[in-house]
Amino acid sequence: MSERLYRVSMLVNAQRREAEVPARLTLVDFLRDTLRLTGTHTGCEHGICGACSVLLDGAPVRSCLIYAVQADGGSVITIEGLARPDGTQGTLQDSFCEAHALQCGFCTPGMIIAAHALLNDNPAPSEAQIREAIGGNLCRCTGYQQIVDAIQLASGKRDGGIA
Amino acid sequence: MNFRYIGKKRRTKEDPRFVTGRGRFVADVALPGMKHVALVTSPHAAARIKAIRAEKALALQGVHYVLTGEELCAAVDPLLIGVDAPLVRRYPLANGVARYAGEWVAAVVADSRHLAEDAAERVEVDYEPIPYILDAEKSIEPGAPLVHPEHGSNVLYRRKFVWGPVEEDFARAAHRLSFRVRWGRSATVPIETFGVAAQWDPAQQLLDVWASIQMPKFPDQTARALRLPGNAVRVYFDVDVGGSFGVKRGIKHTVLVGYLAKKLGFPVRFIEDRLENMRGGDMHGPDRIFDLQVAFDADGTIRSMKIRALDDVGAYAGRSPLQLGKPVGAIVGPYRIGSVEYEPISVLTNKTAQEAVRGFGQSPTNYALESAVDRVARHLGMDRVAIRKKNFIGKDQFPYLIPSGTTYDSGDYHTVLDKALAAAEYASLVEMREAARKAGRLAGIGISTCLEPSGGNTAFEPLFNPKNETTTWMDSCLVRIDLSGAITGVMNTSSAGQGHETLVATVLGEILERDPDTIRVVHADSLTALPSNSPVASRMAIMLGGAAAGAAKRIKAALLAIAAHNLGVPETLLEYREGNVAVKGATGKSLGWDQLVEIAHRKFHRMPPGLEPGLQAKFVWEVPKGGALPTADGRIQMYPCFSLEAHVVLVEIDPATGQAKLVRYACGHDCGTMINPDIVHGLTYGGIAHGIGAALYEKFAYSDNGQLLSQSFMDYLIPSALEIPSITMVDHCTPSPLTEFGQKGSGEAGYLGAPAAIACAVNDALGPMGASIDELPMTPLAIWTRIQGGPT
Repeated sequence: MSERLYRVSMLVNAQRREAEVPARLTLVDFLRDTLRLTGTHTGCEHGICGACSVLLDGAPVRSCLIYAVQADGGSVITIEGLARPDGTQGTLQDSFCEAHALQCGFCTPGMIIAAHALLNDNPAPSEAQIREAIGGNLCRCTGYQQIVDAIQLASGKRDGGIA
Repeated sequence: MNFRYIGKKRRTKEDPRFVTGRGRFVADVALPGMKHVALVTSPHAAARIKAIRAEKALALQGVHYVLTGEELCAAVDPLLIGVDAPLVRRYPLANGVARYAGEWVAAVVADSRHLAEDAAERVEVDYEPIPYILDAEKSIEPGAPLVHPEHGSNVLYRRKFVWGPVEEDFARAAHRLSFRVRWGRSATVPIETFGVAAQWDPAQQLLDVWASIQMPKFPDQTARALRLPGNAVRVYFDVDVGGSFGVKRGIKHTVLVGYLAKKLGFPVRFIEDRLENMRGGDMHGPDRIFDLQVAFDADGTIRSMKIRALDDVGAYAGRSPLQLGKPVGAIVGPYRIGSVEYEPISVLTNKTAQEAVRGFGQSPTNYALESAVDRVARHLGMDRVAIRKKNFIGKDQFPYLIPSGTTYDSGDYHTVLDKALAAAEYASLVEMREAARKAGRLAGIGISTCLEPSGGNTAFEPLFNPKNETTTWMDSCLVRIDLSGAITGVMNTSSAGQGHETLVATVLGEILERDPDTIRVVHADSLTALPSNSPVASRMAIMLGGAAAGAAKRIKAALLAIAAHNLGVPETLLEYREGNVAVKGATGKSLGWDQLVEIAHRKFHRMPPGLEPGLQAKFVWEVPKGGALPTADGRIQMYPCFSLEAHVVLVEIDPATGQAKLVRYACGHDCGTMINPDIVHGLTYGGIAHGIGAALYEKFAYSDNGQLLSQSFMDYLIPSALEIPSITMVDHCTPSPLTEFGQKGSGEAGYLGAPAAIACAVNDALGPMGASIDELPMTPLAIWTRIQGGPT
């Protein structure tokens, strides 16, 4: 069974990426399997857990619920794209380490993406706003407390630059 | 004790790779030429497999193989079972009969997972449905359909233990109560499903395995089932595990994939999707009915208990029946209860198999015990704090021997509870509850004080299976100082977020007085590993920490011996400071770390006689107090160290929806010396979140015809940051006398006390209307139904 392929072209972490993909290929499989950007994870593949969150044109989306062809022409940011230009950790990444906002690390990329989107919109969120913003991202290790701490820490440090 | 690095706020060694997306999970392992597996699963609660036709699947281009149970079961040995029930045979694929809905019947191998799924839909299976049994109590009645007819019964394990003068204590007690509580079927459900990749090298006759595992004796069990020698299976322990909390056992997955890789000659990978994970991943947790009787006096003194625990392990068993055994070691909780009768009954039904879940059966038992304490308080009109303090083992009574033969190492339960009450601002909590009630709302306070047995010694194995004489559950560490003077610690298991690399680096740094940030910690593979078990049973701070300390002390001893030999003075005149060794006093005679390391690595002529060149040390540590078989009446030291957690919560219930909101949550926690407080706190917060899920939301529910109803995250409800409240944590430290630094375990912390406290709070809220719920989870629907006056 050979599937018809479609050409997609998108910016991924500010780099132009092009490929021929089947229509049913999800964005997360495109990122992980085609581009080998394995920092984005699949947890449920039905849009609940949020582990596959990426930014598409600046907004957090579930890359398991989007086909790669739907992202054609768009700009995708994954966890790999959140480091500073010199390769060091971004503010949120550093805050997650400082607050030990993770254990197994599996939900972490999606969680940081959700937090990044929040802080872009609201640089000084309340605890309730933080919990609301990460309410669609499940974590089984932390009970969320140190994640909330980390986002509060990052919001205090933010200067409008990349998180 | 004063420590240099232990107990200090320090960043972990693991976090940086995960925040940058550089973790390496099993789904990130991509081997050249790798093929992918999808499964064909049974839609029936129980059915004979009459025929499997794979032609249409194999006709698809890119589909390589369809493996049936018939082929696989003839070629591999059954998976190990924890109790003496050899005819309850379990294979990766159903062996002629599928015994639960979702059981794996055939495996399809194709170029991609997409294609494998397409092909799986084209495999035709003829089933003949047969009678099934879903109710655990009915399953042990005469005439019930047998899940494994060859076994002759649905009872996997049953024994009545009597420890102490139970009947006499019941006869003497002024009051007796009996009641039933139920712990519903839930699990820890990690966000990463189980996965495994395997590759067979025919030239070396070696199977390489990358897997998302947390399982004792995993390489050995894989090799046995595949009929290979142990050294023909190499498991890479450096695969990051995306959460486990007990359930990532994956033995059937690995035997399946290992068989396929060996047979087909190319690498094979299987990553469960969520549906495969929930229905057929065999990771459901305990599902228990407790019947309790408690005997007590008018002043609240609890004299004795009788506990019958009926646990539904589903259709197959590995270690799951043993989850009734672990609680033997803390069967009286933190209380002075003089005698106990305990009757664990492990039964088979046509449901997904149970696997180890955080606490290995202790949290359900703690819920039952705390329910008993609350009922006694209610019966006597006593305060729930007062009754606990009345019955607590006093801090001066340790070491304390409980009736079932375990000695608790240390504790100060009164102080931990007081700290939790203070952190919760208990007086204001009571005021808040009363104010809410006056305003017509439902509000309740819950308290629990629960033990976390730690340092697992697997003593339930010989206790529940006399043919099993396992009395050691060692763990090990290897420490190497290389020629540059850098330190590397080698651990011998995988990790699932517990921070073991940080643990080892901190301990090595503490003993050797070197900066942990400069110490690297790596995971061996199973062929290079020292004898070790698994990061289960809240054991790694004790066991890996103890092994790392032991190895570091040997390094230190070698450095001192080299220095003594070269400085020409006895070791007693030397002092070790930050890796340098000097003659005591202002002699100016010393040798630095770099010089000592260089002697060890290059200058044999300057080495003391009898000392090996190079600088490395291993240490294999046996569990403290381990090593004995149980007595004839089933008394045994089950785990060495005992942490305590005291939970105090205020819930408010929305009568319109039945949703219980956690308004305030405080937890007092004593796990002895904390190696890294951020890690301990994180584990505890996460454990509480698990406990909240088990208490209020999470349930693997089955329909009357044996279909799993909650098989996605749409209906198996995992609490989010909106359901989990901010938690006030307060630490206390009663060092263990049995461990290097006074540490106890904390990997199961939070989960062992949260469900009990929340259940207690919900029932306190429902109390004024004369209602109560005796079953977890107390879902919004269950609570709402109760408020309406209906049954739960």
